[in-house]
Amino acid sequence: MPNFFTDNSDLLYQFNRLDLDEIVRLTEDNFNQAKDFNYAPINYEDALENYKNILEVVGDIAGNFIAPRAASVDDDGASFSEGKVKYAKGTKESLDLLSKAELMGMILPREYGGLNFPTTIYMMAVEIISRADASLMNIFGLQDIGKTIAQFANEELKSEYLPHFASGNYTGAMALTEPDAGSDLQAVKLTAYQDENGKWFLRGVKRFITNGNGEALLVLARTEAGTKDARGLSMLVCYGDETVKVRRIEHKLGIHGSPTCELQFNDTPAQLVGERRFGLLKYVLYLMNRARVGIGAQSLGISQAAYEEALKYAKAREQFGKPISQLSVVTNILVDMRVTLEANRSLFYQTCQWLDRKEKYDEQLDKLKAEKKSLSEINDKLKEATKVVTFLTPLTKYLLSESANKITYDALQIHGGTGYMKEFSVERLFRDARITNIYEGTSQMQIVAASGGAINDVLCEYLDEWEKKEYKGNLSHLLSHLQNIRQIFYDCLKYLKDKKDKSFQDIAAKDIVEIYGSLYIGYLLLQEANSDNRKIFTARRFILDAVAKAMKNQETIKSELYSDVLHADTILV
Amino acid sequence: MGYKSIVLVKQVPDTANISGQVMKEDGTVNRSLLPAIFNHEDRVALEMALQIQDNHGGNVSVITMGPPRASDVLRECLFMGADDAYLISDRKFAGADTLATSYVLSEAIKKIGSFDFIFAGRQAIDGDTAQVGPQTAEKLGIPQITYAQEIVSINNNKVLIKKKIEGGYEILESPLPVLVTVLKDAVFPRPYKAKRVMAYKNAKTLMELEKLTEDNSLLYIDQLKYEYMSKHLYINTITMDDLKLDVERCGVAGSPTKVHKIESVVLTGNKHEHIEPNKIGIGTLIDKLMEDHIFG
Repeated sequence: MPNFFTDNSDLLYQFNRLDLDEIVRLTEDNFNQAKDFNYAPINYEDALENYKNILEVVGDIAGNFIAPRAASVDDDGASFSEGKVKYAKGTKESLDLLSKAELMGMILPREYGGLNFPTTIYMMAVEIISRADASLMNIFGLQDIGKTIAQFANEELKSEYLPHFASGNYTGAMALTEPDAGSDLQAVKLTAYQDENGKWFLRGVKRFITNGNGEALLVLARTEAGTKDARGLSMLVCYGDETVKVRRIEHKLGIHGSPTCELQFNDTPAQLVGERRFGLLKYVLYLMNRARVGIGAQSLGISQAAYEEALKYAKAREQFGKPISQLSVVTNILVDMRVTLEANRSLFYQTCQWLDRKEKYDEQLDKLKAEKKSLSEINDKLKEATKVVTFLTPLTKYLLSESANKITYDALQIHGGTGYMKEFSVERLFRDARITNIYEGTSQMQIVAASGGAINDVLCEYLDEWEKKEYKGNLSHLLSHLQNIRQIFYDCLKYLKDKKDKSFQDIAAKDIVEIYGSLYIGYLLLQEANSDNRKIFTARRFILDAVAKAMKNQETIKSELYSDVLHADTILV
Repeated sequence: MGYKSIVLVKQVPDTANISGQVMKEDGTVNRSLLPAIFNHEDRVALEMALQIQDNHGGNVSVITMGPPRASDVLRECLFMGADDAYLISDRKFAGADTLATSYVLSEAIKKIGSFDFIFAGRQAIDGDTAQVGPQTAEKLGIPQITYAQEIVSINNNKVLIKKKIEGGYEILESPLPVLVTVLKDAVFPRPYKAKRVMAYKNAKTLMELEKLTEDNSLLYIDQLKYEYMSKHLYINTITMDDLKLDVERCGVAGSPTKVHKIESVVLTGNKHEHIEPNKIGIGTLIDKLMEDHIFG
């Protein structure tokens, strides 16, 4: 009877460290909802108890129902025949059960049947589900689509769609990508046009649409004829009715349970979400940022599963007269995996909480505006949270998805030849992980998005504050290492600024983002180590490793290693 | 219209996860070291009752007899969808065997009122007797169908039930009310519903409310009970005083079952015999297995 929430000591550790007081108060409108809903919390402690209870339900379903089906879902995969997409049997069963458990509208408002949970808690559920079956996350994790409608659509659309999302009747899809518009979404061509009565219709093709067979589709479309950039794009919602033709589904390396569709819209009736021209600039940005955090959760879940498989195997497999987990080279790999996992989780739930703050402040701002109250305090808070989350979201997506690849790679390595075979789930995890650093923005795109924050030193205040704190015992030694990394960071930054070479700066952005990210995570772990002795080991390994990597990145930049890309024509024969 | 169902549930020690420390030297089980869980077949029984409610309307009550902490399983029933729950608990009921248990249960059911169905799991994993359901039906004077696999139909106050028998199944018809015991794979129990988990997590029995008053002198039990009832958070609690019972038929006094001896049987192989992998060898093997009554 494994429960994927209660058996995960590190997830419980992060749950117990959550600082959601302000977020919950804003989410719950000062606990006024308890008057109308018998399941709404009456205070912060009550809310936390609710979150814990529900995550236990999620953990139970994930461990005992979803995980045992993951291998067959991978084997069967989603299928396509006669124009219809069919989920694998296990996918269908799991979705039915999650719907019955009322878990498909975790972040939707209560008046539409949702649970009104903060994003942070929802992301814990996404991590738990991903550990059981990464491909199911691609459908369970689409709750952000309902959330986007809840946030920006008019009342009529909300009442029309949201109760069906919350009950699990509808699943959704975000139809953004086109054959010629992948990372560059400004190039979207799919047309939305109006008839004489002002009704909208969609015409065109979308590609690589996860769960494109869903009942409700959010579509990015060009509403302003003749435009070529983002300002001509709007967001529309439509039903996946007979006018939406699924042309094919992709045959993929991993996440077989998740159908990836090519869609053709043939004059599909649609309704506008929010305002025209803000499709990409506002709504997709909102949705994508959340989806990126979601992929962070998926990466974390896959990594957790791979680590568990590797540890279990290494303890059971005997070579040279003892379990291979006791061979120091193998032990070292396992320690590396575990430390990366814990460091990532620490970063991840900080990012989630910042995202929650940012969104709640946003809502609060609109509310205060309507009440004609003073906005200065909330404006400051919103500005700060936006600044931090704009850096942390791409950083998290980048680091966690790359780690998922590394951790599943190492887990397979520990299994040796057996891991290359289909008998063990590590082979599936390895394949499933591979998409995480590609979709919802490739790692290269995440680095571009995060580099601005790093270059502008957006976390400066926090780093200053943590630098001044007292740390017990040998932790002061680790503090000096972090100070050292910070100096390396400023040194690299100065070098790049002085060099004034855009293409060089673009390439070196990766090094800069990595150093700055490790600085932030290093300090998070140092705080944890200051109050929990076991975490001293995590902090130590992470920080010492970060110093070595920072020095390497510094050397890479200052040795002008990247200058040879100017001669790419000669090299790339 | 709709049907009223009563489901008998039990909290049992999790015997599937017995580790070394749990077994005592004398071969008995140290229950305090085992987690207490919802007897799986009773969860299936509840699901069957809830499906009748989904399809025909009506309501579902759950009853358990046990120590105060058995309230855990009642809350779990509320999480799944039961409309109300009853804890039957009293020190004087302790040590009851199936005869005494079914006596108290049947009297409690009479007090709760009329019903169309009583569902129970086939048996509990701690005693494995499969007797409480049938004995309760006997005492209530109603028909019973055991080993139910499926409810085929309900019409005009009659139910058709598919029942498992050795080598196959039979379909039986019964008038209502009827008591039905169900098999573990008859239906798949629904998960806890998130909203109900949050709404009913604080549902409390009389004993649990009394505990609150012990810890806080400002609370009065009647007031507290009223408050919990008005919020639908009171788990009905039935004690000896609430029922007209013959004391001699309750608890240890009413239990003729006496455990004579408990033996820890450990099967070990002490010799082996080599059999050639050919026709003659296989013939010899089959003969030996027939001799030992493993075959035939």
